[in-house]
Amino acid sequence: MALLEVEDLTVNFYTEEGVVTAVDDLSFRIERGEKFGVVGESGAGKSVTALSVMRLIEEPGRIESGTVRFDGTDLMEMSESEVRDVRGNDIAMIFQDAQTALNPVYTVGEQIAEAIRHHLDYDDAAARDRAIRLLDDVGIPEPAARYDDYPHEFSGGMQQRVVIAMALSCDPDLLIADEPTTALDVTIEAKILDRLERLAEEYDTAIQLITHDLGVIAEMCDRVMVMYAGRAVEKATVEELYYDPKHPYTVGLMSAIPRIGDGQDRLQTIPGTMPDLVEVPSGCSFHPRCPFAEEVCTRKQPPLVDPDTGEGVGLSDRAAACLAYTGDLDNELDYEVEVRGRAEQPEDGQPDPRVRRPDSEPVRTDSDPVGLDTDLLDQNDDGEDDAGGLSDG
Amino acid sequence: MSLRRFIAVRVAATIPILFGVSVLTFALVHLTPGDPIDQMVALNPQISPAEEAAIRARYGLDGPVWQQYLTWMSNVLQGNLGTVISVDQPVLPYIMARLPETIALGLFGWAIALLISIPTGIYAAVNKDTLGDDLSRVFALSGISLPNFWLGLMLILVFALWLDLWPVLAPDKPLLSAEMLWYLVLPGVTIGTASSATLMRVMRSSMAEEMNKEYVTAARAKGLPERTVVLKHVLRNSLISVTTIAAFLTASIFAGAVVVEQVFAWPGLGRAFVGAIIGREVDLIMAITLFTGVTIILANLLADIMYAVLDPRIRYD
Repeated sequence: MALLEVEDLTVNFYTEEGVVTAVDDLSFRIERGEKFGVVGESGAGKSVTALSVMRLIEEPGRIESGTVRFDGTDLMEMSESEVRDVRGNDIAMIFQDAQTALNPVYTVGEQIAEAIRHHLDYDDAAARDRAIRLLDDVGIPEPAARYDDYPHEFSGGMQQRVVIAMALSCDPDLLIADEPTTALDVTIEAKILDRLERLAEEYDTAIQLITHDLGVIAEMCDRVMVMYAGRAVEKATVEELYYDPKHPYTVGLMSAIPRIGDGQDRLQTIPGTMPDLVEVPSGCSFHPRCPFAEEVCTRKQPPLVDPDTGEGVGLSDRAAACLAYTGDLDNELDYEVEVRGRAEQPEDGQPDPRVRRPDSEPVRTDSDPVGLDTDLLDQNDDGEDDAGGLSDG
Repeated sequence: MSLRRFIAVRVAATIPILFGVSVLTFALVHLTPGDPIDQMVALNPQISPAEEAAIRARYGLDGPVWQQYLTWMSNVLQGNLGTVISVDQPVLPYIMARLPETIALGLFGWAIALLISIPTGIYAAVNKDTLGDDLSRVFALSGISLPNFWLGLMLILVFALWLDLWPVLAPDKPLLSAEMLWYLVLPGVTIGTASSATLMRVMRSSMAEEMNKEYVTAARAKGLPERTVVLKHVLRNSLISVTTIAAFLTASIFAGAVVVEQVFAWPGLGRAFVGAIIGREVDLIMAITLFTGVTIILANLLADIMYAVLDPRIRYD
């Protein structure tokens, strides 16, 4: 039994413009201790999925259907007070923007300790001790002194560490990290992610990492789900996704990763924007942007299938939602994944997209997977990422 | 230390404000025709023009306005607030006799306003767009729309005349007696209602705004009960804007006291103020105006100090 099993989750928002299906018939699972990535553009439904798992969707949103089994129990069937016992205790969340996720008028220590007192029945002193230990764990220098500081006395990176400490405070089994480093600059991002990864090992916590950054996924995750317009369009292990993407959208995302030294003048982009969720295109919601779209794509919504057999997959590991794999498409998906070395020079000065359209010659070289350019992230976490964290107390 | 300095600076800054207020009030009083001597003469036709001029000279009412102002100002700076001419009594004891009555009424009205507005504001914000929210909106609108004098009369009609729960007129007892405090309820409610309506709307909107902040979701994600989320996390943040309005309302509470004291025959400053205006008692008008100015400035100073207590990001140094 997986730690978290989400099945057929559908979440609607009843807005004045119309009903928005932010999450549409989504299924996935997360194993104990696993690091599961959810990737997609803004508005793809990643955060709504995360909030749904904790049953924190607010008006005008509503969870229409689906089950969220955590440790075998369906959270959707629980009473509000039973869910509250799970929140923060078994499933905890790291928010994107620490500055807004922390209450400005309470000390950071209090904001960590209150969950400890509430869930673990610690008295004030014990909760304080535990909170100080957590602050130490996430790499905040002089944790005992900083306990009584307010959020505005911390730098951005330090605030995010506090948010992580808050999430870890009751030793959760699942940590949902919603773009935990988007608000931070790149060097601090690397250190925070590294710290998060180590703590997840230490606390034996599974992570659902939500991001739009494929580099972060490559760095941390075991399995990935790609979301588009509220639906899962592809699920794969990290290696499969990077070496052998199956959905045209994933292919587009991969080719949109810039790389040092590839000589491109312009960034490769996916044409168009994600559709307005009030009026999702008929059929496959990606078809207006898809270079391989055929007439049938405007009519038929592709199911999530095993790309090799074309059969439905349930909660399985490898799946893509494209009509190419159900035999409905007349032509093949015609792209090549170019895997090449870092020193590769652009040929004849042309823009050199890594995913080639049928009319150009694919280039295959050695063994670096597409877009897996994460060496920026391979830095040590020495806890001195942002000196500002200490100076302004 | 820094807070003390802040308060000192603020108090010093009130001096030019009070000066401006005194010039304006003095000018306005003298723009209206007539003075207490005119009334005296009208009631006693036997007074000769020579006697009238002598009386004017005695009270310093004969010079040009600027000279009168300077005389008044130099007297005030020496601690002499002037004379209530019609009763020939110094202003200061006259005011001091009535001040506690008005302070009691104002505080009571203020307390009622806060007691009504904060819980209903919270309720309306938490239950946004439900029946309760709509009802509170109706209450607020009525509270703002009802004139104080009408509400006061209706309360007297219903509770004093029909239900016989209160005496119609204030008993003549010392302020801190059970009867007087009981009597304070109706005028207090009258004053508090209008202010509570405004405060409640501010409470609701600032609370509703805070409820959309991410720290609220974060607090819920910790598994805290909704009551803790609202009363601990949201309330303290939303009280900041309520504090501003509450201080601001001090002025309207005093303005309300002027009307309400009249309706309820309450022996306070507000009623004295109306009498002073009718009798053109310049010194009394000036003294009450300055006193009101000081009160409002102090209330705002208190609000500034409250900000720092509520929000650690606000520091006065």
